[in-house]
Amino acid sequence: MDVFLPQILNGLDKGAAYALIALGLTLIFGTLGVVNFAHGALFMLGAFCAVTMKALLGLEKVTLDPTQTTAWGTPLEIRVPYIETWLGDFGLLLLEYSVPVSLILAIPVMLIIGVTMERGLIRHFYHRTHAEQILVTFGLAIVLQEIVKSFFGANPIPQPAPDIVSGSADIGMLLGLDPGTIVYPMWRMVYLTFSGVVIASVFAFLQFTTFGMVVRAGMADRETVGLLGIDIDKKFTIVFGLAAVVAGIAGVMYTPILSPDYHMGMDFLVLSFVVVVVGGMGSLGGAVAAGFLLGILQSFASMNEVKTILPGIDQIIIYLVAIIILLVRPRGLMGRKGVMES
Amino acid sequence: MTDFKVNRRGLMKGAAAVGVGLSAPQFFVSGANAYTNEPTGGSVTLGFNVPQTRAYADEGADELRAYELAVEHLNGGGDGGMLNTFSSKALTGNGVLGKKVEYVTGDTQTLSDAARASAKRMIEKDGAVMITGGSSSGVAIAVQGLCQDAGVIFMAGLTHSNDTTGKDKRANGFRHFFNTEMTGAALAPVLKNAFGEDRRVYHLTSDYTWGWSQEGSIQKYTEPFGWETAAAVRTPVGAGDFSQYITPVLNSGADVLVLNHYGKDMVNSLPQAVQFGLRDKQVNGKNFEIVVPLFSRLMAQGAGDAIKGIFGSTNWNWSLQDEGSKAFVKSFGQKYGIPPSQAAHTCYCQTILYADAAERAGTFRPSELGKALEDFSFDGLGNGPTDYRGSDHQCFKDVLVVKGKEEPASQHDLLEVVEVTPRAQVEYPADLLGGELGPYNDGA
Repeated sequence: MDVFLPQILNGLDKGAAYALIALGLTLIFGTLGVVNFAHGALFMLGAFCAVTMKALLGLEKVTLDPTQTTAWGTPLEIRVPYIETWLGDFGLLLLEYSVPVSLILAIPVMLIIGVTMERGLIRHFYHRTHAEQILVTFGLAIVLQEIVKSFFGANPIPQPAPDIVSGSADIGMLLGLDPGTIVYPMWRMVYLTFSGVVIASVFAFLQFTTFGMVVRAGMADRETVGLLGIDIDKKFTIVFGLAAVVAGIAGVMYTPILSPDYHMGMDFLVLSFVVVVVGGMGSLGGAVAAGFLLGILQSFASMNEVKTILPGIDQIIIYLVAIIILLVRPRGLMGRKGVMES
Repeated sequence: MTDFKVNRRGLMKGAAAVGVGLSAPQFFVSGANAYTNEPTGGSVTLGFNVPQTRAYADEGADELRAYELAVEHLNGGGDGGMLNTFSSKALTGNGVLGKKVEYVTGDTQTLSDAARASAKRMIEKDGAVMITGGSSSGVAIAVQGLCQDAGVIFMAGLTHSNDTTGKDKRANGFRHFFNTEMTGAALAPVLKNAFGEDRRVYHLTSDYTWGWSQEGSIQKYTEPFGWETAAAVRTPVGAGDFSQYITPVLNSGADVLVLNHYGKDMVNSLPQAVQFGLRDKQVNGKNFEIVVPLFSRLMAQGAGDAIKGIFGSTNWNWSLQDEGSKAFVKSFGQKYGIPPSQAAHTCYCQTILYADAAERAGTFRPSELGKALEDFSFDGLGNGPTDYRGSDHQCFKDVLVVKGKEEPASQHDLLEVVEVTPRAQVEYPADLLGGELGPYNDGA
């Protein structure tokens, strides 16, 4: 129990990030038929919304203290955040909670980025081959990450979780085990819960709203929905924006786990595509299930007991499982017939 | 038997050939004595090969700042920086050997192939007579090999693996930076004093040359006082989320975690280890401790508060109060508004040391310039009295053991020097790490 439970939690946590990115990828592919290789960059942009929010909240009033000097002889700078001057302790509290507060910034920003991307670039490639779509979106991802690097540098920028959830919780005690047997970082549990809420919200939105019904109909038969007089293109543009928001807020909340840097999107992109393919192209449920499954398998493959028997298995497990699943179920776990089969 | 007859015509032809040879201008026959990219005009070109993109780009940018500063000082600009404190007075601020110093840059991308390609371009297209830089041992070893083959000197930047001046050393390569062997020798006694004997140690190690080298050195120097290795787990470079590697530490029975990680890996793994409550844990009746053998201030900034109280080692720190360090920090700080990193310091020193050796040798020829560096003793460059050992081209100097500051005064003031380990304690026999320097290659 003390060995397996933490690894299951690790897997769920990692899987949650994969699932959130894969969910957006699948939404875009299912609606627009576009293979979006810039989706990892949207995750990264979301993370940098958190960095930006912290930088904005932390803007400092700089005064020079002529009585003190730096090691290189210039007057020492005294820095006080404006927000502390203006709002006192509440300002410092906002600064401490900058990661969750960033969601307020990330949601509209990611929506605008998503809609602009779709209207400005992606729509010109709807009727092009998947290879061309991959090339253009991959190029876009590189451009976006280089822009971020030029503003924020190449080093990871730490984004601490609020103090109240920055430590670890003794889960073992809740299960009747000795104190300290199973401890797990509280922010990771927050992230897991947050991911569950976001995934449930997306499914509920698609399942229980008129907009969602139209989108699902459009995913099934775009032409017929168009013949009914519904402007499906407009709906799909909003779906693209929604997918960007999901990736973005996933990135925001992941920053206390992984300090954001400009390349983090690429690190997640490849694995998320494997998740989409294993889950089944165009299957939202498949993407979520495959995300969690592959996350857990990756965690177990990293255990010393497993690596002793199969050295290096932690590096290839995801691809190995993908090969096996695609051999047994060529459309993936929950793939629909006819998707990407023409 | 063959008759050997000398006739008048043959004698005349032979004499004419000898006469032409003896009377020819030097440049017609210089091929026999030339070396790669011998500077013939009024300037000499150095090649600065640093990571300008990818993970170590910020460290590369700091290296480049230091190189630009060094070139400025060599050409007589600025306040002269450490040229004023350097024990050798061969450099006068008039370039090197009367030639103005110019430079070209390359992007290593922290990839061996890309680094070799950019070094090759600087040597073949830009005429660089020396290559320097880098933030990775894998890259340094690759570029060092290329420079050996091309016949130019390689002055390594930040490379900490034993192999650079151990099994992979080359005659044309020189390293000012310290190595994992020295880190082990310096850090182990401090760890023993701080955490006691008889510990069980869990290593998480980056799976490449530097990580293996670092893990081995820490084991070598801590095992004699009862630090037993509970497990040594290799982690992929750039793993990002290390949770699946940290979780097994919790119930492994280990009471010390050594993170043989550098750069982005350290920036991620250290905070994650702290988030998992390792520093609040008690095992075997002792407080659980974390050690990061190689620290960099730039990386410490990325790790945030997690760095507080963590022990490690560093080649140099801007808080040092010797005259050389103060002069360098002043020059660098006034020019760029920030203190230099250890990467910047070693790159600046390497450039000055190369230029000084050229002046003393009276040539840029690798074999003669290299001889001037071998067993060269100097002071005033921030590390106290230092020797460039001739038998392996490794610098020997004091090593700093540092700890993350609990109360940093500024965003740059992250490390406090716990101990300056004397050079004698970190010296080792030249044949310990294997390898052969081989002969110098002057190229051309």
